[in-house]
Amino acid sequence: MTDTVDTAAAAKQVGQPIRRKEDARLVTGETNWTDNIVLPGMLHFALLRSPMAHATIASIDVSRALSMPGVVAAYTGADFVGIGIPCVWPVTPDMVAPTHPAVCADEVRYAGDVVAVVVADSRYRAADALEAIDVEYSPLPAVVDMEAALAEGSPLVHSDKGTNKCYYWEFTGGEYAASKAKAEADPNGIIFKRRYIQQRLIPVAMEPRAVVCAPMAATGEITLWTATQIPHIVRLLLALSTGIPEHKIRVIAPDVGGGFGSKLDYYREEAIAAVIAGKLGRPVKWTESRSEGFQATIHGRDQIQDIEIAATRDGHLLGLKVDLLADMGAYLQIITPGIPLLGAFMYNSIYKFESLHFGCTGVFTTKTPTDAYRGAGRPEATYAIERIMDDLASELGLDPLVLREQNWIKHEEFPFTTIAGLEYDSGNYEAATARATELFDYAGLRAEQASRRASGDPVQLGIGVSTFTEMCGLAPSRILSALNYVAGGWETATVRVLPTGKVEVVTGTSPHGQGHVTAWSQIAADALGVPFEDIEVIYGDTKMAPHGMDTYGSRSLVVGGIAVLHAAERVVEKARLIAAHQLECDPGDVEFANGVFSVRGTPGTEKPIQAVAFEAFSAHNLPDGVEPTLAADSTLDPNQFSYPHGTHLAAVEVDTETGAVKLRHYVAVDDIGNVVNPMIVEGQVHGGLAQGIAQALFEEAVYDVDGNLVTGTLVDYLVPSAADLPFFTTDRTTTPATTNELGVKGVGEAGAIASTPAVVNAVVDALRPIGVDNIRMPCSPQTVWRAIQAATAGPSSEGGAA
Amino acid sequence: MARISLTVDGVRSEADVEPRLLLVHHLRDNLGRVGTPIGCDTSNCGACIVLMDGVSVKSCSVLAVQADGSDITTVQGLANGEWHPVQKAFKECHGLQCGYCTPGMMLAAVDLLNANPDPTEDEIRDGLEGNLCRCTGYHNIVKAVQAAAAEMQEAGK
Repeated sequence: MTDTVDTAAAAKQVGQPIRRKEDARLVTGETNWTDNIVLPGMLHFALLRSPMAHATIASIDVSRALSMPGVVAAYTGADFVGIGIPCVWPVTPDMVAPTHPAVCADEVRYAGDVVAVVVADSRYRAADALEAIDVEYSPLPAVVDMEAALAEGSPLVHSDKGTNKCYYWEFTGGEYAASKAKAEADPNGIIFKRRYIQQRLIPVAMEPRAVVCAPMAATGEITLWTATQIPHIVRLLLALSTGIPEHKIRVIAPDVGGGFGSKLDYYREEAIAAVIAGKLGRPVKWTESRSEGFQATIHGRDQIQDIEIAATRDGHLLGLKVDLLADMGAYLQIITPGIPLLGAFMYNSIYKFESLHFGCTGVFTTKTPTDAYRGAGRPEATYAIERIMDDLASELGLDPLVLREQNWIKHEEFPFTTIAGLEYDSGNYEAATARATELFDYAGLRAEQASRRASGDPVQLGIGVSTFTEMCGLAPSRILSALNYVAGGWETATVRVLPTGKVEVVTGTSPHGQGHVTAWSQIAADALGVPFEDIEVIYGDTKMAPHGMDTYGSRSLVVGGIAVLHAAERVVEKARLIAAHQLECDPGDVEFANGVFSVRGTPGTEKPIQAVAFEAFSAHNLPDGVEPTLAADSTLDPNQFSYPHGTHLAAVEVDTETGAVKLRHYVAVDDIGNVVNPMIVEGQVHGGLAQGIAQALFEEAVYDVDGNLVTGTLVDYLVPSAADLPFFTTDRTTTPATTNELGVKGVGEAGAIASTPAVVNAVVDALRPIGVDNIRMPCSPQTVWRAIQAATAGPSSEGGAA
Repeated sequence: MARISLTVDGVRSEADVEPRLLLVHHLRDNLGRVGTPIGCDTSNCGACIVLMDGVSVKSCSVLAVQADGSDITTVQGLANGEWHPVQKAFKECHGLQCGYCTPGMMLAAVDLLNANPDPTEDEIRDGLEGNLCRCTGYHNIVKAVQAAAAEMQEAGK
């Protein structure tokens, strides 16, 4: 840890709130979104989507569309036989993996499923032609409720599979049955149960998805531009699913306007674009409309969580049992079934349970497929454990912070192996909590709460706690293998010092708002001792950055950024050999500081790395065995996950007469170890908070009983605006990671993971005195008002609850 | 087809357009001014905001023919030799991440500050209510507008 501090102290760029290189283009509109791309002869395609949740296609006829002005071609499922979307995470050997066609030929299974493609010379004409496709559907029953879907006799989403159950996956640490028996035998014991609902969410990255594909008939090559987080994975899956040889495919993720997991996927539109560009021999483009995207792009969350804790009444946690139902939607996207499992190891969170039992049943419904959405499994886990900690504290008559502190891992106990088998490398929950309560004025707000309760104020104050951790930095390949994930979790970097001393950093990460160009420049500038401005970062193009596992799971810095550091260090080591040769000394006698080599203790021998780079280029005078050019690669496969943590506190005012909830004060103290760029980190936290708060208060994708998405546009689905959110109070404590040289931890998802339970805990805390002890998200005025009415009307205390 | 004449970022152009053509599609597809992006189809998100004769409009909600004869400023015409104070403030305050909402957000802010040079925090939040951002939680966007307001007031003294 001393080394880490020394590194940080010597750093000139890392740790500074450097303004972003990315912004010059973004604030002047010199952007390159996929939809901006125009190619000679380019055609536009549009997709006819099923208006029904579930039906067989009795007939389909595109002949009228083909006669429409400007229409070049039209296709149906018959033109895409055998081309589908693979799932790369078969979580169990007996997982049910239905065929997921690019274009449906016989049956549609959610509103938005694709039945036909038209190609025209303009986007308007392609849209017009959709109206002229004649489809006759024979309706089948929709399957919209997970519990009903699993019941005997339920209609089936995939009748050939004979079940709506996708899989059951189980994980245990210790023996929950023993913990439960202990609590039951103890007169002071308690078995505490709760059911929480993770409503379905729509990610809503501000840039809708778009795809452009250009074929080269003579060579069989294609170039696919796509608004994706994962160009490298798209390339591989495009090859596997279409049969186009991998080496003939170039995938480019140009400027990408946010993702949040929704662009961590391989989509049918990418396959369709490649296939029809090849058929037509012309470039094609598809751009999603927002409302189309609400059906066509993955959704997130959607779980029913049954949680049971065995404990003693003095607040000693024994065992934790988690039973999930997780909605897959109609098909499996690339990692749909694995999402809830990413939370499996996080339910125990920062607490010292002696046992954990986790079981998850994946369920098919006739809805848009789910997949990764910011946090992916870990927000759900954190919500459940942090909600039940507050509820249990209330049951036991303890302050929620006291119950947590009694059970969390103490800072001197790190590294700590949890009941889920993960080794947390470092953390200091006491420090983060102390700082958060100080910034929040916890005692002062509790006093105000007491006074409002005593006076019967119609506006009650609630205080919510969330002391979270998460596992991120996906991921050690061996652990992914143990979880049956098909690929690894490594990342690559190349650092090249050009003959003039300027530097190119090639990264396998694929940023879409995270600021990698700036952060990687900071890392490389320090490691090489070159100016920040002398560095360019190359990414997002499989031809320019050929190897990579892309950007998701708060992995880019802790895997990809450290790979940049390693590659830069290798460049320095190679340069040191050249410098030593030319300075006629032993490499061990060559010092390197601030970009300059010199013979230790010998003034006048200074040789800048830029000069060495030219020597490496000219290759006139290199030591034996040293190859020309100054460049190095690194591929990093991490040994461990990254475990950021923090304490978040929310204060809400709940109007008990209207149900309106006002978020009055939010304090987030995160510990993500050392930071490369505190300005970027703070921005990541702010955005995560907004998304997590949005789940708590505003957002839900709602389907009716017929399987129609009734929140089908941004008019109906409430993404918060500036007027809906306050300023956030953020701060950090610093407990460096011990698993990488920079001591950094992931931060991209932390805010979204921590904030949802903090806010809902605050809402429930405000309403406990009037009998509300659980509430369904989002805590809209109507939901809160109904919960209050139900609690005050009768003896049940489950008002408004799930 | 209807004949329209527009001045976009200082450049005059004439075109024959379908009456149904949206201004944003005319800007992007016909004039190549692709700095203005499209984020939704219900006029909720504000990504496509431009200034039409100095006033912010959602260019997805204006027909190209309605803009006939007008002077349009997009994000690509906002800088006048040097960056507009709002552009500088968005960078300085880290008021953007992916940058997709940024053109509309900045132009909405310019319009807001033209009408109200010294807005309160609440006035900024309410003034930007028609612009959605998914990256920043709006914290630094509001800070950026505050910073731009201060700079513009200072410059106006």
